[in-house]
Amino acid sequence: MPLASNNDTDYDLVILPSGGKDNFQIRELLHYRDLLFLFVRRDFVSQYKQTILGPVWFFIQPLLISFTFTIVFGKLAGISTEGQPRILFYLGGITLWNYFSDTFLKCADTFTANANLFGKVFFPRLLVPMSIAISNLVKMGVQFFLFILCWCWFFLSGGSHVQPGLVLLLFPLLVLFTGLLGMGAGIIITSLTSKYRDLKFLIQFGVQLLMYASPVVYPLSLVPEQHRWVFMLNPMTSILEAFKVGFLGVGVLSWFGLLYSLLFTFCLLAIGLFIFRKTERSFIDTV
Amino acid sequence: MPSPVLKIDRISKQYRLGVSGTGTLSHDLTRWWHLMRGLEDPYLKIGEQNDRTKTGGSSYVWSLRDINLDVYKGEVLGIIGKNGAGKSTLLKILSRVTLPSTGSVKIKGRIASLLEVGTGFHPELTGRENIFLNGAILGMRKAEIQRKLEEIVEFSGVSRYLDTPVKRYSTGMLVRLGFAVAAHLEPEILIVDEVLAVGDAEFQAKCLGKMKDVSKEGRTILFVSHNMSAMMSLCSRVAMLDKGMLVDSGDPTEIIRRYLQVGLNAIKTFTHGPVRSIEVGNDGNSLFLRLHYQHTIPLILPNFGFTINDAYGNVLFGSNPRLSGITKMTEAKCEGEVYVNIREPRLRSGRYSVSIWFGDGSADFFEDKDCVAFEHTEPDRTANSGGIGSVICNCDFKFS
Repeated sequence: MPLASNNDTDYDLVILPSGGKDNFQIRELLHYRDLLFLFVRRDFVSQYKQTILGPVWFFIQPLLISFTFTIVFGKLAGISTEGQPRILFYLGGITLWNYFSDTFLKCADTFTANANLFGKVFFPRLLVPMSIAISNLVKMGVQFFLFILCWCWFFLSGGSHVQPGLVLLLFPLLVLFTGLLGMGAGIIITSLTSKYRDLKFLIQFGVQLLMYASPVVYPLSLVPEQHRWVFMLNPMTSILEAFKVGFLGVGVLSWFGLLYSLLFTFCLLAIGLFIFRKTERSFIDTV
Repeated sequence: MPSPVLKIDRISKQYRLGVSGTGTLSHDLTRWWHLMRGLEDPYLKIGEQNDRTKTGGSSYVWSLRDINLDVYKGEVLGIIGKNGAGKSTLLKILSRVTLPSTGSVKIKGRIASLLEVGTGFHPELTGRENIFLNGAILGMRKAEIQRKLEEIVEFSGVSRYLDTPVKRYSTGMLVRLGFAVAAHLEPEILIVDEVLAVGDAEFQAKCLGKMKDVSKEGRTILFVSHNMSAMMSLCSRVAMLDKGMLVDSGDPTEIIRRYLQVGLNAIKTFTHGPVRSIEVGNDGNSLFLRLHYQHTIPLILPNFGFTINDAYGNVLFGSNPRLSGITKMTEAKCEGEVYVNIREPRLRSGRYSVSIWFGDGSADFFEDKDCVAFEHTEPDRTANSGGIGSVICNCDFKFS
């Protein structure tokens, strides 16, 4: 008995095997937008529940790292900070770098960390890495506030050579690309490691090594000009340098480098989204 | 005839047994090579029926095989079957948690599923915060939750603890809160896995009542349970699965009767796990259970728990050594037998089943619900014919 209404169009949802066509639905993401912000809230609130200092911890961590860097890289190793106050130089670099590495590492764990939740209920999986990027953005905002306080102090006290420039206006863009870069790389790693976890061993210290390949604790100008392009292959290099040019007035600003970082981010994100979508359909059986 | 709101068309689901590791890589590469050339997945052609007690030759099993089922608007469809029959896999596919290996599902309207109560609860957040989080995970909008907040709190009965982190809640309270949120979803199709097993009797009744209300509103419910009396009172149709295949679907009373018959064997053996066999018998005077266990480490207390259930899955009574006040044997043993002689209460003639648990007294490492069904005949005819209920009431009446 062929029913007239057996057309697929009559149904709101058709579930097909994993080999079937992919239907990426923006509509679905929009429907769950409240969940995105509840995830962000959850991440943020749960981090400082049952602590006395609460969000103050967000300040303490970068401050302690900056002090350590000041002693190790500044005083002991004597690496130049281009005449800038060391603490300010490191604090700025760390704020942006931490945003990248925190987002990357947490996104890289999306599937394995949420396997239980993903195994019980459907919602667009992409919400999880998105919420990670946003909650780390909030955290970065808090740390950036600390940087600004420091910056104002040095700027107003006059004794140093802090020279903000117009490039400062690029800041929101730099932050956006740092976040997207972390998320893009993260979702690629989590997709690749959902079945075979070998790569996982690499990324923890890989990110740490990458920090030393980025101008966080040293200025790019310290690198001989003919070798700089190697460092510029790292998309974070130009972003960090542009940040320093904007706020401190030191660094190597390369528009070509920034454009490269931008394109790199878009490509990474596109690849990430593609394999993330592919993985989310089957990972629950292989995790 | 109206078209179904849920059309399950030849759904199959294949799983690979064993561990993911280096061995699976070669299969993945072969599969990828076949798909690249536009050929069919070679591993979908093999695979065995899903019988967990037998060790098969193939490392692929079909958890579901060619399931066809149409569900119509307003129906309450119950799904029954033994452990491993594929019930949960089917619900997982319908909830979009996993995808079928072959076949398709077509769904009309909003679908919400409750495979677990309180999915995504964060222990550090308060009850109120978790209502929002859980509601959003299940697909509700924030405004919608806000509107129903009072109702949800009322239904859950935990209003006093609303601003306490849920890590301080008891299991029962968590379940109450979780179900309260889910009960206020307003999907056209609601999928419920066996989630009512926890929670006290009062709350279970409340949940079943809520599900009845939902079905009266013309919404469709699919639900899995081992509680046959709940099935009987709620469902308009029951589907029975066995080893991944749909055996039959139809009138609840008829299907449930057949389901209970299928399990009619007085002895059951296991090839995996600490329990090797469980036997139910009658020594002429009373009912006995005999369990044979074999464990990797010596047990000072083979804690064998059981419940005797009536034909509808209601628990009549049960016990275990700890509940009977025994804390250890004279020596720890890896292998042995536990014999339980059930002197009281005595059962009236009829069909019953046994659920068993096995552990070391601090944790259970084995459970099998309704594993052995048996027919009991009470020899004392006068005792059997008088009284009400499944157990024989031994009482004296005095008149003055």
